[in-house]
Amino acid sequence: MQGGGVAIPLVLDKGMARPNSSSVLALPFAAVLATFFVLPLILVVVVSFWDYTEYSLIPDFILMNYQELFHGCFDWGNGLCTTFATYLSTFKYVLLTWFFTLVIGFGVALFLVFCVRSLKMQIVLFLICTIPFWTSNVIRMISWIPLLGRNGIVNTSLMSMGIIDQPIEWLLYSGFSVTLGFVHLYTLFMVVPIFNSMAKIDKSLIEAAKDSGASAWQVITNIIIPLSRSGIMIGSIFVITIVVGDFITIGVLGGQQIASVGKIIYVEMSYLQFPAAAANAVVLVTITLLMVAAMMRIVNVRKEL
Amino acid sequence: MFSKTQTAWLTVFFGCFVVFLYGPVLSIILLAFQGPEGGLTFPMRGVSLHWFEELWRGLGVVDISRALRRSLFLGVLVMIFTVVLSLCAGLAFRKKFRGSGLLFYLTIASLIIPSIAISLGIALQFRLLDETIKWLGQTFEIQWIVNDFQTSMGLVASGLGTHLTWTLPFGLLIMFAVFNRFNPSYEEAARDLGATPWQTFWGVVFPLIAPALVGVALFGFTLSYDELARSSQALGAVNTLPLELRGLTTTVTNPSIYALGAVTTGVSFLVIGISLALFWALQRKIGTGQ
Repeated sequence: MQGGGVAIPLVLDKGMARPNSSSVLALPFAAVLATFFVLPLILVVVVSFWDYTEYSLIPDFILMNYQELFHGCFDWGNGLCTTFATYLSTFKYVLLTWFFTLVIGFGVALFLVFCVRSLKMQIVLFLICTIPFWTSNVIRMISWIPLLGRNGIVNTSLMSMGIIDQPIEWLLYSGFSVTLGFVHLYTLFMVVPIFNSMAKIDKSLIEAAKDSGASAWQVITNIIIPLSRSGIMIGSIFVITIVVGDFITIGVLGGQQIASVGKIIYVEMSYLQFPAAAANAVVLVTITLLMVAAMMRIVNVRKEL
Repeated sequence: MFSKTQTAWLTVFFGCFVVFLYGPVLSIILLAFQGPEGGLTFPMRGVSLHWFEELWRGLGVVDISRALRRSLFLGVLVMIFTVVLSLCAGLAFRKKFRGSGLLFYLTIASLIIPSIAISLGIALQFRLLDETIKWLGQTFEIQWIVNDFQTSMGLVASGLGTHLTWTLPFGLLIMFAVFNRFNPSYEEAARDLGATPWQTFWGVVFPLIAPALVGVALFGFTLSYDELARSSQALGAVNTLPLELRGLTTTVTNPSIYALGAVTTGVSFLVIGISLALFWALQRKIGTGQ
């Protein structure tokens, strides 16, 4: 399936000798990104230094928004400030989601690459794993409600089996359902890149290891994991950057109780406190980019491919 | 590489994953056909189209069919832009050009920067643009601006731009994957036979990459049709279907919301089905060399 997989360019400059002004062709693409991505982000940085009232934005250069954001954060006596507590809560979900999507995604890719013999079957099963990516995320979130709700399938079956007397309350609108929702939505982002790099592993390496007496576990830890680490890294970058800024899954499945950085920005925007939201967004984007940079250092994704 | 028992375990694991992936969605599609007495959870109390009729009549103040039409319109528009712009950029990237490295990193950044930051940026951008337009209108006493102008936000302006920041990176990455595997000797042969660059492109390159373009179109449409995080603050007064749907999750407490879910999932599956059929048809055409 040529069109479905996401791949990063191996060589960007497979140049031919013929001189050409084909770079003009990239202009519309670049113009869209400049207008709707670069410029808005610059505005976010600029406005984070502005002042505001209930009705209007006031151009200025003040640090008030950042001071308010970190108010009480470096005063260790009083426990965690709101901002740090929110980041801590956000990172808890990032870590949990990353762990589960990685383990499940790796297992699924392992099955697809090494247990499915025919190419046709491999394509079909791969498609089965990717089709949900093209359907609505909100629907996939709310589809947990009839399962996990107070009178949902899980509770009613557990009660009819006599395992519990009272419905379990923490199944829905809780940290549990948020984590479950994330794993449900984003395991795909792990499966596809890990599958891509696993499929490139030379099968004779594995044969050689097996012939030398390696167990399946040793083959996985010594050959497959090191050789699929670029896929693992790309998948991790995807999952982590999506979850760190999330406000929708946490909003729908967290029942308005769970804090996240994305949700704070969203709430501030709905109160038209744009400069405060902007300061928050600047911090969030900086942290996200630092994390990605750190992950790129561990594995040079461009070189790996 | 695995023993029989290990393979069996991995197969069971994969099976569980597929159930986990599809089970919940299937359950709400089933519940959409709940009888009129039925509620949000199992058991089913009869089977009916009652909740689809409720949906058809409209859910409170929300005009679902208009939201659906808006989403479809925007999806098609985004799809066209994504295919054309990604194809052009993909062709340009076959050779190194000034700023190609920067554009590549910007594309990746557009994919990984949290959506909420992009949504905020675009909301700010259009807010400042609106204020500038109103100021100009008042300063130069332009009547229609003073009387009628509300906002420059809208589906075709901020909506299209916002969705493209999400779909274009996918489009370009697919083009990279395609051109990395593309054998340039076909083009060289066409040129040697005297074809113009235009003829080479339409006669040789385009048919060979057509299946991949179907893939780009699929990504363009579906990612736009389901987009929520980036649009949330960037559309102004109009709402697309996912936005309405998220609002309904807190207000609607009967299975009509599942009926809506079944309808949008149906649209998604229709689009995926058409794309896959087209993809394979084009692929086969290349295979047989027609």
